[in-house]
Amino acid sequence: MMYLADVGALARKDLRLELRARDTLPAMLLFVLSTLVVFHFVLPGDSSELAAKGLLWVAIVFTALLGLSRAFAAEREQGVIDGLVLAPSDRSAIWVGKALSVLAFLVLAEVVALPAFALFFGGVDGPMVAGIALADVGIAAVGTLLAAMAAASRARELLLPLLFLPLAIPIIVGGVGASVTSDPGRYLGFLGLYDALFAIICWASFEYVVTE
Amino acid sequence: MSTWLRNNRLAALAALAFALITASIALIFFYAPVDADGLNQKIFYFHVGIALTAYACFAWGGWKALRVLWKGDENADLESYVAIHQGVIFGALTLVTGSIWARYRWGHWWEWHEDQLVLFLVLFLFYAAYFMLRFSVPAGPRRANLSAVYALFGVALVPVSILAIRLSERFIHPVAFDRYGPNMAGSQFFTFCVSWAAMLTLAATLYNVELAGKRIDVRLRELREALR
Amino acid sequence: MGVAGRDYSGMVIRARGVEKRYGDKRVLRGVGFDVARDGFLLVTGPNGSGKTTLLRLCAGLAVPTAGELEVTPERGRIGYLAHESLVYRELTALENLDLYGRLYRVAERRERIGMLLERFGLWDARHDRADSYSRGMLQRLALSRALLHDPDLLVLDEPYSGLDEEGASLLDRELEERRPSCAFVIATHDPARIAPLATSKLVLA
Repeated sequence: MMYLADVGALARKDLRLELRARDTLPAMLLFVLSTLVVFHFVLPGDSSELAAKGLLWVAIVFTALLGLSRAFAAEREQGVIDGLVLAPSDRSAIWVGKALSVLAFLVLAEVVALPAFALFFGGVDGPMVAGIALADVGIAAVGTLLAAMAAASRARELLLPLLFLPLAIPIIVGGVGASVTSDPGRYLGFLGLYDALFAIICWASFEYVVTE
Repeated sequence: MSTWLRNNRLAALAALAFALITASIALIFFYAPVDADGLNQKIFYFHVGIALTAYACFAWGGWKALRVLWKGDENADLESYVAIHQGVIFGALTLVTGSIWARYRWGHWWEWHEDQLVLFLVLFLFYAAYFMLRFSVPAGPRRANLSAVYALFGVALVPVSILAIRLSERFIHPVAFDRYGPNMAGSQFFTFCVSWAAMLTLAATLYNVELAGKRIDVRLRELREALR
Repeated sequence: MGVAGRDYSGMVIRARGVEKRYGDKRVLRGVGFDVARDGFLLVTGPNGSGKTTLLRLCAGLAVPTAGELEVTPERGRIGYLAHESLVYRELTALENLDLYGRLYRVAERRERIGMLLERFGLWDARHDRADSYSRGMLQRLALSRALLHDPDLLVLDEPYSGLDEEGASLLDRELEERRPSCAFVIATHDPARIAPLATSKLVLA
């Protein structure tokens, strides 16, 4: 199918760009590690393990924001986004391709962050990882669309966190719930619902975000 | 009579709002029975009506946003913006009245296990970002599109946030919470309905006033441009 | 209006009273013109007169605020050259053109890319990243991108800017060769060079 071929070409392009520029992923890795270290100093001595788990989600969301703020940087330069929009391919393919690459970077950052978290604070288990996986999908989906919006504005880096954080609250609730409660299934289901709902909305509305 | 009504719709709406507000205040203070909580409970009549009106404004804004995308109607962009503006105003009022109510009911100015309050806090942040978005994009079809898509995200966010807040209760406050349910006596319910109608009419009046003002602004600028 | 047969027996572009406003600022007012299947429209005017905006409208990147603008070729049959190069700086010429070739469903992609790179004298630099290109080379790459899918309508915004003599004559040759099979809308500061090719002229104030 042409659509999948387009998505593939676009996602490959983004991964190749990061391989060449090598700025976003290292920054995300360093950021998430530094944040975890800061958490050690933030948590009072008698805090429960649960508090640390909650804070992990803060680290994930802000690391994601770091990556998302760079998501459309290459397209902004040289007006490339116009080139992509003019192509006969479906505009939503741009969103899918970009979201896939954002997801890849986020997962790679977590591959480093989670072992570090387990080392510093302990307690990484199955439901937590499942929660992180589902949350990543939601973050990538919504974050990519909002990053495109922010790229079209004058305020750019300032705007993206403002747009993103209210929409990230349900993701955080789902993720923290899956990590700390004894009933993670409910929260994982909620995350799945969020992902499905917002992925559909993003897919349908991306066209309007990049065209006049 | 009906011609006068048609020509002076805004004035008639304003008059109706005034009448309903007066009526609701009268009912609240002189008709509705004083509750176990005392006089302080009266704020409830305002609070819930204002909250529901805020929802209505956001819903109207979302509807107009849909028309922007669907029909490419740029007039609808202005209407969506004004509706959301009204929604944010009433949303802020919801937070204020809700805070006052929390103070009288539980003794502190904020209560995290009051679902409504938390929801409005999230929505307030969301729609405040809407304005940041609008201010940072130059006027034109792009701004209309971005605002519309974001407004529709807001509509989807409401049920999702409600669910999220309920779910979060379980690990934040393992305390049983009670809610001021609709188990009201008939007279209370009637008073509530009148207050709600008053708030809606007030919102509609303010909406139309602001919309008219903004339309005049736009027209004025167009004329100025045309004369250049 | 057969899409498959690409038959534009009528006009390729029809514009009547086209206006474009961004908020309060009116960039274009009351613009009207026709471009036939083998037409060549030259657009001139001082800076800020709305040339770029008009070309963006023709390419389909913007919609008019008022008036009628009918552009017959569909999205994939229009070639657009902007002030920016529309290429990724960290990718090579080959990678950039390959991406666009895929998105535009170009048949015999590799051959076509090779041919274009050669015609514009970029073959030797095909594996170099676009950010290592000089201004002139970047412009040639941008032109290759615009021509890659053999469009029926070429919308070029100051195509000669940044080109040296050699590049300019390569472009001249390209325009002459495509003249019969393609419609053109070209904005330029230097109308003298391509005036001979033009069938109509539009001066924006």
